[in-house]
Amino acid sequence: MTDKTVSIAEAIAGIESGMTIGIGGWGSRRKPMALVRALAQSDVTDLTVVAFGGPDVGLLAAAGKIKKLIYGFVTLDSIPLDPLFTQARERGAFDIEEYDEGMYVAGLRAANQRLDFLPIRAGLGSDVLPANPQLKLVESPYSDEVYVAMKALPLDVALVHVNRADASGNAQFLGPDPYFDDLYAMAAKRTIVSTEKIVETNELLNEGSFHTLLFSRIYTSAVVEAPNGAHFTSCEPDYNRDEAFQKHYVASAKDPEAWKAFTERFLSTDEAGYHAAVAKFHEEAQA
Amino acid sequence: MTDATIAEICVGAVADTYLESGEVLAHAVGLIPAIGARLAKLTTAPDIVLSDGEAFFMAEPPALGKSAASGGVIEGWAPFRRIFDILATGRRQSMMGASQIDAFGNQNISLIGDWKTPKRQLIGVRGAPGNTANHRVDYWISRHSARIFVDNVDMVSGVGNDRARAVGDVLRFHHLGAIITNLCVFGFDADGRIMVKSVHPGVDPAEVERETGFTVDAQSAPLTRVPSDEELRLIREVIDPRGLRTREVAN
Repeated sequence: MTDKTVSIAEAIAGIESGMTIGIGGWGSRRKPMALVRALAQSDVTDLTVVAFGGPDVGLLAAAGKIKKLIYGFVTLDSIPLDPLFTQARERGAFDIEEYDEGMYVAGLRAANQRLDFLPIRAGLGSDVLPANPQLKLVESPYSDEVYVAMKALPLDVALVHVNRADASGNAQFLGPDPYFDDLYAMAAKRTIVSTEKIVETNELLNEGSFHTLLFSRIYTSAVVEAPNGAHFTSCEPDYNRDEAFQKHYVASAKDPEAWKAFTERFLSTDEAGYHAAVAKFHEEAQA
Repeated sequence: MTDATIAEICVGAVADTYLESGEVLAHAVGLIPAIGARLAKLTTAPDIVLSDGEAFFMAEPPALGKSAASGGVIEGWAPFRRIFDILATGRRQSMMGASQIDAFGNQNISLIGDWKTPKRQLIGVRGAPGNTANHRVDYWISRHSARIFVDNVDMVSGVGNDRARAVGDVLRFHHLGAIITNLCVFGFDADGRIMVKSVHPGVDPAEVERETGFTVDAQSAPLTRVPSDEELRLIREVIDPRGLRTREVAN
Protein backbone atom coordinates (compact mmCIF):
# COMPACT_ATOMS: atom_id res chain seq x y z
CA MET A 1 0.00 0.00 0.00
CA THR A 2 1.23 3.49 -0.82
CA ASP A 3 2.63 5.44 2.10
CA LYS A 4 0.90 8.84 1.94
CA THR A 5 2.50 10.33 5.02
CA VAL A 6 3.49 13.98 4.59
CA SER A 7 4.23 16.98 6.80
CA ILE A 8 1.69 19.74 7.40
CA ALA A 9 3.68 22.05 5.10
CA GLU A 10 3.79 19.46 2.31
CA ALA A 11 0.07 18.81 2.63
CA ILE A 12 -0.83 22.49 2.46
CA ALA A 13 1.56 23.14 -0.43
CA GLY A 14 -0.86 21.40 -2.78
CA ILE A 15 -3.63 23.90 -2.09
CA GLU A 16 -3.87 26.72 -4.63
CA SER A 17 -5.59 30.10 -4.65
CA GLY A 18 -9.17 29.95 -5.90
CA MET A 19 -9.78 26.35 -4.84
CA THR A 20 -12.91 25.06 -3.13
CA ILE A 21 -11.98 23.61 0.26
CA GLY A 22 -14.31 21.44 2.34
CA ILE A 23 -13.54 21.28 6.06
CA GLY A 24 -14.81 18.36 8.13
CA GLY A 25 -15.96 18.33 11.75
CA TRP A 26 -18.96 20.23 13.10
CA GLY A 27 -19.00 23.61 14.87
CA SER A 28 -16.18 23.51 17.39
CA ARG A 29 -15.73 19.73 17.16
CA ARG A 30 -12.99 17.64 15.53
CA LYS A 31 -11.89 20.42 13.20
CA PRO A 32 -8.59 19.93 11.31
CA MET A 33 -7.17 22.99 13.07
CA ALA A 34 -3.48 22.18 12.48
CA LEU A 35 -4.15 22.20 8.73
CA VAL A 36 -6.36 25.29 9.03
CA ARG A 37 -3.69 27.18 10.99
CA ALA A 38 -1.14 26.36 8.30
CA LEU A 39 -3.56 27.36 5.54
CA ALA A 40 -4.26 30.68 7.31
CA GLN A 41 -0.51 31.39 7.30
CA SER A 42 0.02 30.41 3.66
CA ASP A 43 0.02 32.68 0.59
CA VAL A 44 -3.16 31.09 -0.73
CA THR A 45 -6.12 33.44 -1.37
CA ASP A 46 -9.65 33.53 -2.79
CA LEU A 47 -10.79 30.25 -1.30
CA THR A 48 -14.32 28.98 -1.43
CA VAL A 49 -14.78 27.36 1.98
CA VAL A 50 -17.48 24.72 2.52
CA ALA A 51 -18.11 23.90 6.19
CA PHE A 52 -20.41 23.27 9.09
CA GLY A 53 -18.31 26.03 10.53
CA GLY A 54 -16.51 26.68 13.76
CA PRO A 55 -13.21 28.45 14.47
CA ASP A 56 -11.88 27.09 11.16
CA VAL A 57 -14.12 29.61 9.43
CA GLY A 58 -13.26 32.33 11.95
CA LEU A 59 -9.51 31.90 11.50
CA LEU A 60 -9.65 31.77 7.69
CA ALA A 61 -11.99 34.80 7.65
CA ALA A 62 -9.64 36.78 9.89
CA ALA A 63 -6.68 35.82 7.67
CA GLY A 64 -8.54 37.15 4.62
CA LYS A 65 -8.47 33.81 2.83
CA ILE A 66 -12.17 33.48 2.02
CA LYS A 67 -13.74 34.66 -1.22
CA LYS A 68 -16.95 32.72 -0.69
CA LEU A 69 -18.34 30.81 2.28
CA ILE A 70 -20.80 27.97 1.75
CA TYR A 71 -22.17 26.91 5.12
CA GLY A 72 -24.95 25.50 7.25
CA PHE A 73 -23.94 27.54 10.28
CA VAL A 74 -20.91 28.90 12.10
CA THR A 75 -20.87 28.26 15.85
CA LEU A 76 -18.46 27.46 18.65
CA ASP A 77 -21.10 25.28 20.41
CA SER A 78 -20.51 26.31 24.02
CA ILE A 79 -20.26 29.89 22.72
CA PRO A 80 -23.00 30.43 20.13
CA LEU A 81 -21.23 32.77 17.71
CA ASP A 82 -17.68 33.16 16.36
CA PRO A 83 -16.94 36.92 16.42
CA LEU A 84 -14.37 36.67 13.61
CA PHE A 85 -17.05 35.22 11.36
CA THR A 86 -19.86 37.60 12.38
CA GLN A 87 -17.60 40.65 11.95
CA ALA A 88 -16.56 39.50 8.48
CA ARG A 89 -20.15 38.75 7.53
CA GLU A 90 -21.43 42.09 8.81
CA ARG A 91 -18.90 44.03 6.77
CA GLY A 92 -19.67 41.92 3.69
CA ALA A 93 -16.11 40.60 3.51
CA PHE A 94 -17.02 37.66 1.26
CA ASP A 95 -19.83 36.10 -0.75
CA ILE A 96 -21.98 33.60 1.04
CA GLU A 97 -24.32 30.73 0.42
CA GLU A 98 -26.20 29.87 3.60
CA TYR A 99 -28.21 26.66 3.52
CA ASP A 100 -30.50 24.72 5.78
CA GLU A 101 -28.37 21.97 7.37
CA GLY A 102 -30.22 19.19 5.53
CA MET A 103 -29.81 21.00 2.22
CA TYR A 104 -26.10 21.33 2.88
CA VAL A 105 -25.78 17.57 3.49
CA ALA A 106 -27.80 16.91 0.32
CA GLY A 107 -25.28 19.08 -1.58
CA LEU A 108 -22.36 17.00 -0.27
CA ARG A 109 -24.19 13.76 -1.09
CA ALA A 110 -24.96 14.98 -4.62
CA ALA A 111 -21.29 15.80 -5.13
CA ASN A 112 -20.09 12.42 -3.93
CA GLN A 113 -22.58 10.69 -6.24
CA ARG A 114 -21.30 12.86 -9.10
CA LEU A 115 -24.78 14.30 -9.61
CA ASP A 116 -25.60 17.94 -10.30
CA PHE A 117 -28.20 18.07 -7.54
CA LEU A 118 -30.41 16.09 -5.19
CA PRO A 119 -34.07 16.91 -4.56
CA ILE A 120 -35.10 17.96 -1.06
CA ARG A 121 -38.17 19.44 0.59
CA ALA A 122 -36.21 21.67 2.96
CA GLY A 123 -35.99 25.31 1.92
CA LEU A 124 -39.44 25.53 0.31
CA GLY A 125 -41.33 28.53 1.63
CA SER A 126 -38.27 29.90 3.46
CA ASP A 127 -36.03 32.84 2.56
CA VAL A 128 -33.14 30.45 1.80
CA LEU A 129 -34.45 30.35 -1.77
CA PRO A 130 -34.52 34.12 -2.48
CA ALA A 131 -31.19 34.52 -0.63
CA ASN A 132 -29.59 31.93 -2.94
CA PRO A 133 -30.93 32.84 -6.40
CA GLN A 134 -28.68 30.21 -7.96
CA LEU A 135 -30.96 27.54 -6.47
CA LYS A 136 -33.54 26.06 -8.79
CA LEU A 137 -36.63 23.91 -8.30
CA VAL A 138 -37.21 20.54 -9.94
CA GLU A 139 -40.47 18.88 -10.94
CA SER A 140 -40.99 15.31 -9.87
CA PRO A 141 -41.25 13.00 -12.88
CA TYR A 142 -43.67 10.85 -10.83
CA SER A 143 -46.17 13.35 -9.40
CA ASP A 144 -47.07 17.03 -9.39
CA GLU A 145 -44.61 17.79 -6.59
CA VAL A 146 -41.88 20.37 -6.98
CA TYR A 147 -38.77 20.14 -4.80
CA VAL A 148 -35.67 22.19 -4.21
CA ALA A 149 -32.89 20.97 -6.51
CA MET A 150 -30.06 21.33 -4.01
CA LYS A 151 -26.98 21.85 -6.12
CA ALA A 152 -23.99 19.63 -5.62
CA LEU A 153 -21.11 20.96 -3.52
CA PRO A 154 -18.05 19.40 -5.20
CA LEU A 155 -14.71 20.09 -3.51
CA ASP A 156 -11.20 20.43 -4.84
CA VAL A 157 -9.74 19.49 -1.48
CA ALA A 158 -11.23 18.14 1.76
CA LEU A 159 -9.47 18.66 5.10
CA VAL A 160 -10.51 16.32 7.92
CA HIS A 161 -9.08 15.38 11.29
CA VAL A 162 -9.61 11.90 12.73
CA ASN A 163 -8.52 10.01 15.83
CA ARG A 164 -6.44 7.36 14.05
CA ALA A 165 -5.33 6.57 10.52
CA ASP A 166 -2.83 4.28 8.91
CA ALA A 167 -0.13 5.55 6.57
CA SER A 168 -2.19 4.73 3.51
CA GLY A 169 -5.12 6.84 4.68
CA ASN A 170 -7.66 4.48 6.21
CA ALA A 171 -9.39 6.83 8.62
CA GLN A 172 -10.93 5.99 11.99
CA PHE A 173 -13.13 7.98 14.38
CA LEU A 174 -13.28 6.89 18.04
CA GLY A 175 -15.71 9.49 19.39
CA PRO A 176 -19.51 9.32 19.48
CA ASP A 177 -20.13 11.13 16.19
CA PRO A 178 -18.52 10.71 12.76
CA TYR A 179 -20.01 14.07 11.71
CA PHE A 180 -19.87 14.18 7.90
CA ASP A 181 -16.17 13.63 7.30
CA ASP A 182 -16.66 10.69 4.95
CA LEU A 183 -19.03 12.79 2.82
CA TYR A 184 -16.39 15.53 2.49
CA ALA A 185 -13.80 12.92 1.53
CA MET A 186 -16.08 11.44 -1.12
CA ALA A 187 -17.08 14.85 -2.49
CA ALA A 188 -13.46 15.95 -2.97
CA LYS A 189 -10.86 15.37 -5.66
CA ARG A 190 -8.18 15.21 -2.96
CA THR A 191 -8.54 14.58 0.76
CA ILE A 192 -5.94 15.48 3.33
CA VAL A 193 -6.38 13.49 6.53
CA SER A 194 -4.74 14.78 9.68
CA THR A 195 -4.79 12.37 12.58
CA GLU A 196 -3.95 12.24 16.26
CA LYS A 197 -1.81 9.20 15.60
CA ILE A 198 -0.70 7.13 12.65
CA VAL A 199 -0.91 3.44 13.51
CA GLU A 200 -0.10 0.23 11.68
CA THR A 201 -3.04 -1.09 9.69
CA ASN A 202 -3.22 -4.17 11.90
CA GLU A 203 -3.53 -1.90 14.96
CA LEU A 204 -6.61 -0.03 13.71
CA LEU A 205 -9.01 -2.28 15.61
CA ASN A 206 -7.07 -2.13 18.88
CA GLU A 207 -9.06 0.85 20.17
CA GLY A 208 -12.42 0.61 18.40
CA SER A 209 -14.62 -1.88 16.58
CA PHE A 210 -14.68 -2.15 12.79
CA HIS A 211 -17.69 0.22 12.82
CA THR A 212 -15.29 3.06 13.60
CA LEU A 213 -13.43 2.76 10.28
CA LEU A 214 -15.02 5.85 8.77
CA PHE A 215 -13.61 5.92 5.28
CA SER A 216 -11.09 4.06 3.18
CA ARG A 217 -7.75 5.02 1.70
CA ILE A 218 -9.40 5.06 -1.75
CA TYR A 219 -10.52 8.60 -0.85
CA THR A 220 -7.30 9.75 0.81
CA SER A 221 -4.45 11.63 -0.89
CA ALA A 222 -2.27 12.55 2.07
CA VAL A 223 -1.95 11.67 5.76
CA VAL A 224 -0.52 14.05 8.34
CA GLU A 225 0.28 13.00 11.88
CA ALA A 226 -0.84 15.96 14.01
CA PRO A 227 -1.20 15.15 17.71
CA ASN A 228 -3.61 17.63 19.32
CA GLY A 229 -4.29 18.72 15.76
CA ALA A 230 -7.93 19.59 16.45
CA HIS A 231 -7.08 21.93 19.33
CA PHE A 232 -8.90 23.95 20.61
CA THR A 233 -11.91 22.09 19.24
CA SER A 234 -12.86 18.71 20.70
CA CYS A 235 -11.48 15.37 19.53
CA GLU A 236 -13.27 12.86 21.71
CA PRO A 237 -12.24 10.56 23.28
CA ASP A 238 -8.65 11.80 22.92
CA TYR A 239 -9.52 15.20 24.40
CA ASN A 240 -12.40 17.58 25.04
CA ARG A 241 -12.70 21.11 23.76
CA ASP A 242 -10.26 23.49 25.45
CA GLU A 243 -12.98 25.77 26.83
CA ALA A 244 -10.59 28.15 28.56
CA PHE A 245 -8.65 28.68 25.37
CA GLN A 246 -11.82 29.02 23.30
CA LYS A 247 -12.97 31.77 25.69
CA HIS A 248 -9.64 33.49 25.24
CA TYR A 249 -10.01 33.20 21.45
CA VAL A 250 -13.48 34.78 21.55
CA ALA A 251 -12.50 37.57 23.95
CA SER A 252 -9.46 38.38 21.78
CA ALA A 253 -11.50 38.25 18.58
CA LYS A 254 -13.83 40.96 19.87
CA ASP A 255 -11.08 43.57 20.09
CA PRO A 256 -8.64 44.43 17.26
CA GLU A 257 -5.69 45.08 19.59
CA ALA A 258 -6.29 41.88 21.52
CA TRP A 259 -6.65 39.96 18.29
CA LYS A 260 -3.31 41.28 17.08
CA ALA A 261 -1.71 40.07 20.31
CA PHE A 262 -3.44 36.68 19.97
CA THR A 263 -2.16 36.34 16.42
CA GLU A 264 1.39 37.20 17.38
CA ARG A 265 1.38 34.88 20.35
CA PHE A 266 -0.34 31.83 18.90
CA LEU A 267 -0.60 32.01 15.12
CA SER A 268 2.67 33.56 13.88
CA THR A 269 4.49 30.30 14.52
CA ASP A 270 4.49 26.69 13.39
CA GLU A 271 2.39 23.90 14.91
CA ALA A 272 4.96 23.05 17.60
CA GLY A 273 5.23 26.72 18.51
CA TYR A 274 1.46 26.97 18.74
CA HIS A 275 1.21 24.08 21.21
CA ALA A 276 4.08 25.47 23.26
CA ALA A 277 2.29 28.84 23.44
CA VAL A 278 -0.95 27.13 24.45
CA ALA A 279 0.86 25.19 27.20
CA LYS A 280 2.31 28.46 28.48
CA PHE A 281 -1.15 30.08 28.37
CA HIS A 282 -2.48 27.32 30.67
CA GLU A 283 0.52 27.54 32.99
CA GLU A 284 -0.07 31.26 33.41
CA ALA A 285 -3.78 30.69 34.06
CA GLN A 286 -2.84 28.16 36.78
CA ALA A 287 -0.42 30.52 38.46
CA MET B 1 -51.34 23.96 44.43
CA THR B 2 -51.18 27.73 44.03
CA ASP B 3 -47.45 28.32 44.38
CA ALA B 4 -46.41 27.24 40.88
CA THR B 5 -44.00 29.70 39.30
CA ILE B 6 -44.35 31.05 35.76
CA ALA B 7 -41.37 28.88 34.77
CA GLU B 8 -43.20 25.79 36.04
CA ILE B 9 -46.41 26.79 34.27
CA CYS B 10 -44.36 27.13 31.07
CA VAL B 11 -42.88 23.66 31.66
CA GLY B 12 -46.40 22.24 31.94
CA ALA B 13 -47.40 23.94 28.69
CA VAL B 14 -44.33 22.50 26.96
CA ALA B 15 -45.22 19.01 28.21
CA ASP B 16 -48.72 19.42 26.76
CA THR B 17 -47.28 19.82 23.25
CA TYR B 18 -46.44 16.10 23.31
CA LEU B 19 -49.94 14.85 24.27
CA GLU B 20 -50.63 13.44 20.79
CA SER B 21 -47.07 12.91 19.59
CA GLY B 22 -46.68 9.16 20.05
CA GLU B 23 -43.31 7.61 19.29
CA VAL B 24 -41.28 10.55 17.95
CA LEU B 25 -37.93 12.12 18.73
CA ALA B 26 -38.53 15.14 20.95
CA HIS B 27 -36.01 17.82 20.03
CA ALA B 28 -36.14 20.63 22.56
CA VAL B 29 -33.86 23.70 22.47
CA GLY B 30 -33.54 25.58 25.75
CA LEU B 31 -33.92 24.77 29.42
CA ILE B 32 -37.69 25.10 29.82
CA PRO B 33 -38.29 23.03 26.65
CA ALA B 34 -35.83 20.37 27.88
CA ILE B 35 -37.53 20.19 31.29
CA GLY B 36 -40.96 20.11 29.65
CA ALA B 37 -40.03 17.23 27.33
CA ARG B 38 -38.70 15.24 30.28
CA LEU B 39 -41.87 15.96 32.26
CA ALA B 40 -43.97 14.76 29.33
CA LYS B 41 -41.98 11.52 29.16
CA LEU B 42 -42.52 10.90 32.88
CA THR B 43 -46.26 11.64 32.70
CA THR B 44 -48.50 11.87 29.65
CA ALA B 45 -46.17 10.98 26.76
CA PRO B 46 -44.04 8.01 27.85
CA ASP B 47 -43.35 6.93 24.26
CA ILE B 48 -41.46 10.04 23.15
CA VAL B 49 -37.75 9.56 22.52
CA LEU B 50 -35.26 11.86 24.26
CA SER B 51 -31.69 12.58 23.19
CA ASP B 52 -28.80 13.44 25.49
CA GLY B 53 -28.08 16.40 23.22
CA GLU B 54 -25.09 14.60 21.75
CA ALA B 55 -25.21 11.33 19.84
CA PHE B 56 -27.39 9.10 22.01
CA PHE B 57 -31.05 8.39 22.78
CA MET B 58 -31.70 7.81 26.47
CA ALA B 59 -34.27 5.28 27.70
CA GLU B 60 -34.91 7.43 30.78
CA PRO B 61 -34.99 11.22 30.93
CA PRO B 62 -31.33 12.24 30.94
CA ALA B 63 -30.00 14.63 33.56
CA LEU B 64 -30.15 18.25 32.42
CA GLY B 65 -27.01 19.24 30.57
CA LYS B 66 -25.35 15.83 31.04
CA SER B 67 -24.57 13.60 28.08
CA ALA B 68 -24.69 9.80 27.98
CA ALA B 69 -21.12 9.79 29.25
CA SER B 70 -22.43 10.61 32.73
CA GLY B 71 -24.54 7.46 32.96
CA GLY B 72 -28.04 6.37 32.07
CA VAL B 73 -29.45 3.78 29.71
CA ILE B 74 -28.68 4.31 26.02
CA GLU B 75 -31.42 3.07 23.71
CA GLY B 76 -30.15 4.39 20.40
CA TRP B 77 -27.29 5.97 18.50
CA ALA B 78 -28.14 9.09 16.56
CA PRO B 79 -25.15 11.10 15.38
CA PHE B 80 -25.98 14.29 13.48
CA ARG B 81 -26.31 12.54 10.14
CA ARG B 82 -29.12 10.33 11.48
CA ILE B 83 -30.97 13.36 12.82
CA PHE B 84 -31.36 14.62 9.26
CA ASP B 85 -32.63 11.21 8.20
CA ILE B 86 -35.11 11.08 11.10
CA LEU B 87 -36.53 14.53 10.45
CA ALA B 88 -37.07 13.68 6.79
CA THR B 89 -39.21 10.70 7.84
CA GLY B 90 -41.34 13.01 10.01
CA ARG B 91 -40.69 11.09 13.23
CA ARG B 92 -39.55 14.13 15.12
CA GLN B 93 -41.01 17.16 16.88
CA SER B 94 -38.96 20.28 17.52
CA MET B 95 -39.30 23.15 19.93
CA MET B 96 -37.03 25.92 18.72
CA GLY B 97 -36.30 29.47 19.83
CA ALA B 98 -36.75 32.55 17.67
CA SER B 99 -35.24 35.98 17.30
CA GLN B 100 -38.33 37.16 15.41
CA ILE B 101 -41.78 35.68 14.70
CA ASP B 102 -44.55 37.25 12.62
CA ALA B 103 -48.35 36.88 12.86
CA PHE B 104 -48.35 33.74 10.69
CA GLY B 105 -45.55 32.02 12.58
CA ASN B 106 -42.69 32.79 10.19
CA GLN B 107 -39.59 32.54 12.37
CA ASN B 108 -36.13 34.08 12.03
CA ILE B 109 -32.91 32.94 13.71
CA SER B 110 -30.53 33.86 10.89
CA LEU B 111 -29.74 37.57 10.99
CA ILE B 112 -31.08 41.05 11.73
CA GLY B 113 -31.21 43.52 8.87
CA ASP B 114 -30.40 43.03 5.23
CA TRP B 115 -29.25 39.71 3.77
CA LYS B 116 -26.26 41.16 1.90
CA THR B 117 -24.84 43.15 4.79
CA PRO B 118 -26.67 42.23 7.99
CA LYS B 119 -26.75 44.60 10.93
CA ARG B 120 -26.27 41.55 13.14
CA GLN B 121 -25.35 38.10 11.95
CA LEU B 122 -27.01 35.50 14.18
CA ILE B 123 -26.76 31.72 14.19
CA GLY B 124 -27.98 31.16 10.60
CA VAL B 125 -31.13 29.36 9.44
CA ARG B 126 -29.66 26.09 10.79
CA GLY B 127 -32.30 23.34 10.47
CA ALA B 128 -35.39 25.55 10.65
CA PRO B 129 -36.39 25.35 6.95
CA GLY B 130 -36.14 21.57 6.96
CA ASN B 131 -37.82 21.13 10.33
CA THR B 132 -40.84 23.18 9.32
CA ALA B 133 -41.06 21.34 5.98
CA ASN B 134 -41.04 17.91 7.56
CA HIS B 135 -42.60 17.70 11.03
CA ARG B 136 -44.35 19.51 13.86
CA VAL B 137 -42.53 22.54 15.19
CA ASP B 138 -43.31 24.56 18.33
CA TYR B 139 -41.52 27.65 19.59
CA TRP B 140 -40.31 28.78 23.00
CA ILE B 141 -39.81 32.48 23.77
CA SER B 142 -38.43 33.20 27.24
CA ARG B 143 -38.84 36.99 26.98
CA HIS B 144 -42.05 37.89 25.19
CA SER B 145 -41.61 41.31 23.56
CA ALA B 146 -42.66 43.41 20.58
CA ARG B 147 -39.07 43.14 19.33
CA ILE B 148 -39.61 39.41 18.80
CA PHE B 149 -43.27 39.36 17.74
CA VAL B 150 -42.98 41.63 14.70
CA ASP B 151 -44.93 42.46 11.54
CA ASN B 152 -42.22 41.15 9.23
CA VAL B 153 -39.23 38.96 10.03
CA ASP B 154 -35.92 39.80 8.36
CA MET B 155 -35.11 36.27 7.12
CA VAL B 156 -37.74 33.52 7.09
CA SER B 157 -35.91 30.55 8.58
CA GLY B 158 -38.80 28.50 9.98
CA VAL B 159 -41.71 28.62 7.54
CA GLY B 160 -45.00 30.18 8.68
CA ASN B 161 -48.54 29.13 7.83
CA ASP B 162 -49.13 31.68 5.07
CA ARG B 163 -45.90 30.73 3.28
CA ALA B 164 -46.57 27.02 3.64
CA ARG B 165 -50.06 27.37 2.23
CA ALA B 166 -48.77 29.44 -0.69
CA VAL B 167 -46.27 26.70 -1.55
CA GLY B 168 -49.02 24.08 -1.48
CA ASP B 169 -49.28 20.33 -1.08
CA VAL B 170 -45.55 19.59 -1.18
CA LEU B 171 -45.44 21.21 2.27
CA ARG B 172 -48.27 19.04 3.61
CA PHE B 173 -46.08 17.93 6.53
CA HIS B 174 -45.73 21.55 7.69
CA HIS B 175 -47.27 21.76 11.16
CA LEU B 176 -46.88 24.62 13.58
CA GLY B 177 -48.12 23.65 17.04
CA ALA B 178 -47.86 26.14 19.89
CA ILE B 179 -45.75 29.15 20.78
CA ILE B 180 -45.09 29.22 24.49
CA THR B 181 -43.81 32.41 26.07
CA ASN B 182 -43.24 33.68 29.59
CA LEU B 183 -46.60 35.47 29.30
CA CYS B 184 -48.94 33.20 27.37
CA VAL B 185 -49.52 30.27 25.04
CA PHE B 186 -50.22 31.07 21.40
CA GLY B 187 -51.94 28.79 18.92
CA PHE B 188 -53.10 29.44 15.36
CA ASP B 189 -56.59 30.18 14.07
CA ALA B 190 -58.25 28.70 10.96
CA ASP B 191 -56.48 31.26 8.78
CA GLY B 192 -53.12 30.25 10.22
CA ARG B 193 -52.79 33.46 12.20
CA ILE B 194 -51.42 33.61 15.73
CA MET B 195 -54.11 33.69 18.44
CA VAL B 196 -53.88 33.70 22.22
CA LYS B 197 -54.78 30.26 23.51
CA SER B 198 -54.21 31.04 27.17
CA VAL B 199 -52.65 33.65 29.40
CA HIS B 200 -50.51 32.53 32.33
CA PRO B 201 -52.05 33.05 35.77
CA GLY B 202 -50.96 36.39 37.24
CA VAL B 203 -50.15 37.93 33.84
CA ASP B 204 -52.16 40.99 32.77
CA PRO B 205 -53.76 40.27 29.35
CA ALA B 206 -53.04 43.88 28.39
CA GLU B 207 -49.32 43.13 28.78
CA VAL B 208 -49.58 40.28 26.28
CA GLU B 209 -51.25 42.63 23.80
CA ARG B 210 -48.75 45.44 24.44
CA GLU B 211 -45.70 43.17 24.10
CA THR B 212 -46.92 41.62 20.84
CA GLY B 213 -46.03 43.73 17.81
CA PHE B 214 -49.18 42.78 15.91
CA THR B 215 -52.83 42.69 16.99
CA VAL B 216 -53.91 39.85 19.26
CA ASP B 217 -56.86 39.51 21.63
CA ALA B 218 -55.80 38.33 25.07
CA GLN B 219 -58.83 39.58 27.02
CA SER B 220 -61.11 36.62 26.35
CA ALA B 221 -58.42 33.92 26.66
CA PRO B 222 -58.60 31.37 29.49
CA LEU B 223 -55.80 30.90 32.01
CA THR B 224 -52.93 28.51 31.25
CA ARG B 225 -53.26 25.36 33.33
CA VAL B 226 -51.19 25.07 36.48
CA PRO B 227 -49.14 21.85 36.80
CA SER B 228 -50.52 19.25 39.20
CA ASP B 229 -48.89 18.52 42.55
CA GLU B 230 -47.28 15.43 41.04
CA GLU B 231 -45.95 17.39 38.08
CA LEU B 232 -44.52 20.04 40.39
CA ARG B 233 -42.84 17.34 42.45
CA LEU B 234 -41.27 15.83 39.32
CA ILE B 235 -40.07 19.23 38.11
CA ARG B 236 -38.67 20.31 41.47
CA GLU B 237 -37.27 17.08 42.87
CA VAL B 238 -36.54 14.83 39.91
CA ILE B 239 -35.91 16.78 36.71
CA ASP B 240 -34.56 20.14 37.83
CA PRO B 241 -33.59 19.99 41.51
CA ARG B 242 -30.99 22.74 40.99
CA GLY B 243 -33.66 25.17 39.80
CA LEU B 244 -32.04 25.90 36.43
CA ARG B 245 -35.49 26.84 35.07
CA THR B 246 -35.30 30.19 36.86
CA ARG B 247 -32.40 31.11 34.57
CA GLU B 248 -34.82 31.37 31.67
CA VAL B 249 -37.86 32.67 33.54
CA ALA B 250 -37.24 34.32 36.91
CA ASN B 251 -39.61 33.71 39.81
